[in-house]
Amino acid sequence: MTDFKHIIAKRKRQDFIFNIVGILCTLVGILTLGALLADLMIDGLVRINWTFLTSFPSRFAERAGILSSWVGTLLIMIVTASTAVPLGVAAGIYLEEYARRNWLTNLIEINIANLAGVPSIIYGLMALSLLVYQFRLGQTVLAGGLTLAFLILPIVIVATREALRTIPQGIREAAYALGSTKWQVVRHHLLPYSLGGTMTGIIIALSRAIGETAPLITIGAMTFIAFLPPPPITGEPPFVSFEWLTSPFSVLPIQMFNWVSRPDQDFVVNAAGAGLVLIFVTLLLNAIAIMIRYRVRKRIKW
Amino acid sequence: MKEFARVQVNQEVTQASRDDAGDVAVKCQVEDLSFYYGKLQALKNINMSFAANQVTAIIGPSGCGKSTLVRCFNRIHDLYPETRYEGKITLQPSGINLIGPETDPLEMRMRMSMVFQKPNAFPKSVFENVAFGLRLRNVNGKDLSERVEKALRSAALWDEVKDRLRESAYTLSGGQQQRLCIARALATEPEMMLFDEPTSALDPIATGKIENLIFELKKNVTVVIVTHNMQQAARISDSTAFMYLGKLIEVAPTKTMFENPSNKLTEEYITGHFG
Repeated sequence: MTDFKHIIAKRKRQDFIFNIVGILCTLVGILTLGALLADLMIDGLVRINWTFLTSFPSRFAERAGILSSWVGTLLIMIVTASTAVPLGVAAGIYLEEYARRNWLTNLIEINIANLAGVPSIIYGLMALSLLVYQFRLGQTVLAGGLTLAFLILPIVIVATREALRTIPQGIREAAYALGSTKWQVVRHHLLPYSLGGTMTGIIIALSRAIGETAPLITIGAMTFIAFLPPPPITGEPPFVSFEWLTSPFSVLPIQMFNWVSRPDQDFVVNAAGAGLVLIFVTLLLNAIAIMIRYRVRKRIKW
Repeated sequence: MKEFARVQVNQEVTQASRDDAGDVAVKCQVEDLSFYYGKLQALKNINMSFAANQVTAIIGPSGCGKSTLVRCFNRIHDLYPETRYEGKITLQPSGINLIGPETDPLEMRMRMSMVFQKPNAFPKSVFENVAFGLRLRNVNGKDLSERVEKALRSAALWDEVKDRLRESAYTLSGGQQQRLCIARALATEPEMMLFDEPTSALDPIATGKIENLIFELKKNVTVVIVTHNMQQAARISDSTAFMYLGKLIEVAPTKTMFENPSNKLTEEYITGHFG
């Protein structure tokens, strides 16, 4: 007769050991994040106040604020989102639903996957020669936003395709069987049903873009800027102005980078304060992504 | 054995079509239909006819091509690459060749309806599920809600869902969802209703409801039903076709088929010797 007790005891021991190893591995990640946040809080929380958010940078650490850099970050994100989202979603839909499977589409797919892994500074170099010099966009909000749009485009495409792939083929067949054209299937079914996944992907991509420094420094973002871009809404007709697109800019991570590299300890505190704001925005974006995913999953179960 | 089967087939088919030609109008004729997935030939020279306002069941073991056959009727194969039709499927009285290269698959899908194996309601409201096909046909406003109600009544679902038309279809049970799919297919007033194993994912009670429904449907529409379940074919169909390895072995009135099949292969399948 086999000694079941002995075998079971041994297996249970293995189970227990892996349990402990797993907890330790998880703790490494969580503790690092916690320590990071705590460190930033201890250093920077004292600097977070209304004046810090509404002041321009200054030679004097206690007067310096992040107004121009958070406005810059916001504007850059608007440009990035409004270009990368339509381009990426459309490309994702095309590749997943329209394109025929052949060597060319396979090649494109492999390249998109590779593009997602290209170091961000390479995008900066490409944008510098293409956008800044070739297209003469200069070191502007538009050039910066487009640079980050290129950077997250592959992520948006991949997220869109993944979201489309989770829709069962039976739903597509049902829609086609009723007499839909491809566009009607996409418009009335695939887009709305994949929205949760696509939105999650887009927000994750944006929260990556918001922290990018290297490509923006490469194209020549300002490290010190003491004025705001012209407002998008004006007093006289046509009331909308796109002049802000051609304005020079700075962003939060660049401002941080600039402050950290100064010898004065007070500026390092400023950097920690800016970092807190940046982390807060990123966590907020991720929270929105999780909420959307949760709500959509509750509504649609395949 | 295979050779033997083929010889038999041709004789049987001629016999059957002669029987059919009696008093019922023919809705649809299949002539020398072959179908290919790439190089694989899934249907081999199918010849049969479907009587108007009758239920025709297609039975046969897994992989015999019965689903492939009904999926020709609404050209759903056209969604996938490297599929090819040969032969003719003529729809009466218009005389249009369903699978002709000159025929637009979209038009055929507008004129046919299909109910699939797994309930595949859209993740929309009950109302929108039935309304979708109608909206594609530019039905709007009051007309739309009337036709949605009519379809839900015909699918014997109205009483169960009339107070929850705005709720998600996914709050319905599996059997209700399948009847919703039937309502969705009925709403567009198709010339033929194609059922591809519509009850294989359902429990016996839900299955019974759908069988009764199909029996009622034939007053208004020609029904083709693919089924795994021979008792089901015997219960609801007027004539039955038996397919094996991509070939049509025998087609006959259901009673004849089950009581006195003329082909040995059919007899073996029906009595449960294989499949």
